[in-house]
Amino acid sequence: MTTTEHTESAVHAGAPLRPASGHSIFAGRQEGIPVVFEKSVKGRRAGKLPALDVPTVDLDEIIPAGERRQELPLPELSELDVVRHFTRLSKRNYSIESEFYPLGSCTMKYNPKIDENVAALPGFRNLHPLQPASTVQGALQVIHDIQRQLAEITGLPGVSTQPVAGAHGELTGILMVRAAHLKQGRMRRKVLIPDSAHGTNPATAAMAGYESITIGHDRITGELDFEDFKSKLDDDCAAIMITLPNTLGLFERRIEEICRLAHEVGCFVYCDGANLNALVGQIRPGDLGVDLLHVNLHKTFAVPHGGGGPGGGAICVAAALEPFLPAPLVVQAPDGSFAYDADRPDSIGRVHSYQGNFNAILRSYAYILQLGKEGLGDLGANAVLNANYMRALLADDFSFYVDRICMHEFVLDGRPFKEFGVRTLDIAKRLIDHGYHPPTIYFPLIAPEAIMIEPTETESKETMDAFANALIAVAHEARTTPSVVQNAPHMTPVGRLDEVRAARQPDLRWQAPVS
Amino acid sequence: MSNPTDCRYTREHEWVRKDGDTYVVGITHYAQDSLGDVVFVELPEVGASISEGASFGVVESVKAASDLYAPLSGEIVEVNERLRDEPDLVNHHPYDAGWMLRVRGSAGASLDGLMDADAYAVYLETVH
Repeated sequence: MTTTEHTESAVHAGAPLRPASGHSIFAGRQEGIPVVFEKSVKGRRAGKLPALDVPTVDLDEIIPAGERRQELPLPELSELDVVRHFTRLSKRNYSIESEFYPLGSCTMKYNPKIDENVAALPGFRNLHPLQPASTVQGALQVIHDIQRQLAEITGLPGVSTQPVAGAHGELTGILMVRAAHLKQGRMRRKVLIPDSAHGTNPATAAMAGYESITIGHDRITGELDFEDFKSKLDDDCAAIMITLPNTLGLFERRIEEICRLAHEVGCFVYCDGANLNALVGQIRPGDLGVDLLHVNLHKTFAVPHGGGGPGGGAICVAAALEPFLPAPLVVQAPDGSFAYDADRPDSIGRVHSYQGNFNAILRSYAYILQLGKEGLGDLGANAVLNANYMRALLADDFSFYVDRICMHEFVLDGRPFKEFGVRTLDIAKRLIDHGYHPPTIYFPLIAPEAIMIEPTETESKETMDAFANALIAVAHEARTTPSVVQNAPHMTPVGRLDEVRAARQPDLRWQAPVS
Repeated sequence: MSNPTDCRYTREHEWVRKDGDTYVVGITHYAQDSLGDVVFVELPEVGASISEGASFGVVESVKAASDLYAPLSGEIVEVNERLRDEPDLVNHHPYDAGWMLRVRGSAGASLDGLMDADAYAVYLETVH
């Protein structure tokens, strides 16, 4: 008996499902959890305050009555009510610490606990960013040293850790490109962007005042269309933004030629470092001719992410662009001490308060030291090996948008399931029943019905085998009993959500019922 | 769904139909099918100019946001206000009630460079 038959018969019998992987985090349909306001009981308190031991002040004297709210409808609960409420909610959370998270393009790898411990050290945790530099020498050394580490890893000598997200790093970089051109008296209008790019690339170009020009891709190799690139490259191009490996998980094999041709017309090469995990310790973008690259510290260098931050988007640049880096930079004085260098007349200025997300920088710093030079080399190699292993496991049951050896991730083609009435979204939803966070779907946009899988280097063979088996089981279901897939998920606290209505008529805030 | 023969088509999957002395513009069945459920259509103001091949708006589905490209140059004389509240018209009636723009073509505006229904059908075979 196959797992497919098992789960399918269970659905028809109305029995609780047991997922193929045997480790769903869900126990089947449950009652919804009310919002904390609905649990309020008038007069209930979590604590009692002692009597005032300071003189009371008449409120009317300090705040006029007209400026005061008469009611503040906060929930009234005991401490235990609050603890249980949030603990229950947290049990419905899905995280890399409970399950596999194969979200393509997001590098959801495991972040070692020691890096959390380092970031929590009281000596770091209790700093204030406005303390005099002389009292925070250790923190400044961390920033200084990670700048040097990232320079060595990327082959780009100028580094600022101020940006706090990938798109923030992009904007910082393209603003530096703009400043560099203007310094030379060049008014350029265009930025070239492949059609496989992350949406943040054209958004960045627009934010920096440029028009983005799309370059097509080669349907066979999955790489940028080289002839299209050449025909659109001219001396009005400020930069080309290219992702390496690209969003199909494929290396742009003509990158050095692309850099050379761009440089011939004074066009900078910006590398979107979102996929740096595939390259770490193997090649350095700077050595290929790339002029700027941002590093998603939260993807590649062990900063927890998935909840929207705080992240890190350090920007690394070639020597010619160093004068334009955000100020202040952390530098080392001749006497060995560390200081802020704000005397940078060509700098584009601040892009964030203080030095960015220092706690993210700390985690990355600890991670880089933890792995060392050899470990970092294994990182990129194993990320690529794992993706190709999983790709091979799926090859008999799925087709690929581009069928070739991949880098750290690959893109399945969901179109063959259309004839059974099953779409990529349905396959993703059914995977939830098997206890997995679905892969990235419908990205990159150039790959119709895309299913994008990135196992990362931290997953074991056993985990990848189990996930591949679940995905293959879903593929069989799609062909034989499509309704099971179309109506998934069946085992979650709530079933298929109405995403269309959620987008068209969003209901974002709880409101007290009108009494 | 077959593509109407009274329309011309772009490689980016917009259609345009001559209607008296103006042109009506929308997206094709293939485009709406690829996008999935449309949740929002952002269109320009009446009176704005559009130029052939340039982006004139955005269509957003549960999957993604995509640019809309003008099949010809001209001035917008009307936009489909119904799409504000009923963006799903683009899914259900891409060639009639789901229309997007009515355009007065600029001098010399021509649809000659666009595909007819047969050529578009052949083109769809080559896409992907």
